[in-house]
This record gives sequence, structure tokens and C-alpha cells, in this order.
Amino acid sequence: MKFKALTAIAALLAAPAFAGGADDDVLTIDGQEMMSKVAAAPALAETGIDTAISGWHFREDDTQAMQMDTFDNPAMIAVDQALDAWNAVEGTADKSCASCHGAPEESMAGVRAVYPKWNEAAGEMRTLAMQINTCRTENLGAEAYKYDGAEMTAMEALITVQSRGMPMNVATDGPAAEFFDKGKEIYYTRYGILELSCANCHEQNYGNYIRADHLSQGQINGFPTYRLKNAGLVQVHNRFRGCIRDTRGETFAVGSPEFVALEVYVSARGNGLSIEGPSVRQ
Amino acid sequence: MASGVKPRVKVPSKAAAGDVVTIKTLISHNMESGTRKDSSGNVIPRSIIWRFTADFNGQNVVDIVLAAAISTNPYFEFDATVPEAGDFKFTWYDDDGSVYEDVKSIAV
Repeated sequence: MKFKALTAIAALLAAPAFAGGADDDVLTIDGQEMMSKVAAAPALAETGIDTAISGWHFREDDTQAMQMDTFDNPAMIAVDQALDAWNAVEGTADKSCASCHGAPEESMAGVRAVYPKWNEAAGEMRTLAMQINTCRTENLGAEAYKYDGAEMTAMEALITVQSRGMPMNVATDGPAAEFFDKGKEIYYTRYGILELSCANCHEQNYGNYIRADHLSQGQINGFPTYRLKNAGLVQVHNRFRGCIRDTRGETFAVGSPEFVALEVYVSARGNGLSIEGPSVRQ
Repeated sequence: MASGVKPRVKVPSKAAAGDVVTIKTLISHNMESGTRKDSSGNVIPRSIIWRFTADFNGQNVVDIVLAAAISTNPYFEFDATVPEAGDFKFTWYDDDGSVYEDVKSIAV
């Protein structure tokens, strides 16, 4: 009897990885290796977590494989469509994105890695979506996209893919410090009837199950993300809203100052991870 | 007329004669089933890709008939033996009469 119990314990100890936890697979996209596990940036290290882990490591093998080949990645359809929009002349100025920025492969490389970014001239913190819309209204004379509309998300995906493999490097000092602090406050505030903060799941329980699903670290280096459940692209603010909604709370709106600040803070927690968007998740 | 239709194909650019190669194809298409209704209750007419063929140097490799239950952006993956250098020609037939084509060459 005692022997049996001992072997059972031994079997548990020998289990290769904690169920639902991050696996040890290596993420390559079209052969290019991503930094999907890196030493924690200061914003994450101060919480006692020593490794930043991409959400990719928490997903099932099938889902992981879809992201490893750009042909299999369904998000690349949106990237193709956004490329058409990039070259399409729109608005009163009779220009397209390409008129000023040329080919996205060159002009947009590295852009996603540093957003959200402080804009000195306008005196505001801008997410990528805000920057795209400012460009559209001021330089093209075109109508702004809906913040989380399909066109906007596709354009974000097109710009994101140009930075693939580059480490996230969002600034947290200078004028960004205020947003970092505000975002941090939101991250640790318990919302909703369930009284859950971001940290309750993504800091204290990543790797554990939440019902039948695995909790990730909540890193946002893979956004915009193609979610199989939506059969479409999801922006980071959609995800924030979905998480707060799941606490049964009143959520902030996409593009709201609260979510912009939260995006600054959560990005900083993942500084150093490769931009791998558009990623594929469950 | 379905909008935003764009065929995409992945074929290895090189193979040895007699090799079996994996071919992946995907076409972005709404695949409107014909059973859905719009916000005012009118049936949205069916508009799907109803047939897909692949030919190698004029010889048929696969010929597939699709039905209304197939989801958006149909994806096909199949293996083919390559006896010689040549061209793969892919053809998608739309309900509205449009035909989308793509050609990929393979060297031996």
C-alpha cells in the first residue's frame, strides 16, 4: 500500500510539465526563431517573476503550429487585405499610405515594437491605432477607422508583421511614466462582481487552469491576435475589455485613456519578448 | 460579386522527379451559404466557391466540388507526385461565374 502511494508520487514528480503550464517548444515563424521566453524586464521582475513567457507556450500543439507557418496563419489574409488598403488612394489629399511611407516592409519595421508611444507634438500617449487614425484624418483627409473595426485591426496586423522577431521595447520613462503608473494601478485593481484584477489570473495563476483553459502571463507581444473562437482578429483593447467583462464588471471602452495606460504597463511587462503578431490563439 | 477574393498557393519551388510534394491552397472568400438573413430579414443569396481544380501540365490532379456548409476562406492541402518540371494551375469557380486562377512553376 505504502509502495503504491510512493510510486504514485514518483509518477507525479516525473510528469514532464505542469498541466496547462508553459511548454518547452521553440517558436519559429517560417524558420525565424522568436524570443518567446526571455529574462523579465524590470516591470515584470519587480513582481517576482523571472521569465517573461509568450502566450504561445500555453496553447495546444495544433494552435501553435498554425502560427509557425505564415501560410497556415489565417491572420495573413487580413494582412493581404490591409496591403491593398495601404496602397489605395483615399481622402481629400489624394494620397495613400504608400505615398508618404513607401513599402511597409521598410518604413514600418520596428514601429510596432515601440508603441504605445508618447507624441511630443500632440502631447498625448498614442497607441498604434490612434497613430493610424491621426495619419488618416490629418494627412490623408480620410475618415478615421473605427478603433477596433476590421479595417483598423488588419492595418495594425500589416504594420505589426513588419516588426516580427524584434524585441518589444516600450518606453516607460519621461512622459510615459505617468501612464505606466496609472496602468499599473488598473492592473492591480479588482473589478466586477468576481472581484478579480489582472494580476489574480495572469501574475498569480499563470500556467494553471481557468475552467478548461490555460492561463497565460497575459503578454501582448502577439497582438493583434487571430482567435479561432472568433474566426477573426482581436486587438489588445478587445482582449482587455473581454477580461474585465468576464469579471462581470463594467468595462472601459476600447481606445479609452484607461486602456491606453494599461497597454503601456502591460507592454512594459513584456519588454524583450519578440513581436510575433499576428499570432494565433484558441 | 464577392469582394476581397484573393487566392493564395504554396508550392515548393523545387523537387526531385518522382517526389511527393505537399501543396497548400487558400482562397479568401465569404462563402455565403444562402441560408442567412440580413438585418431586415431578407435572405442573403448564396455565393460560394463551388468547384476547385488543380492541374499539372494539363493533367488533372484534384477536382473538388464544394457545398454550402463549407466555411469561409476554404483551405485545401494535398500531396502530388511530380514526374517532371512544369506548372501547377489552380482554378476556383465562383457561384457568380467568376473564375480565379493561379499558376505556380516547379523545377526538377
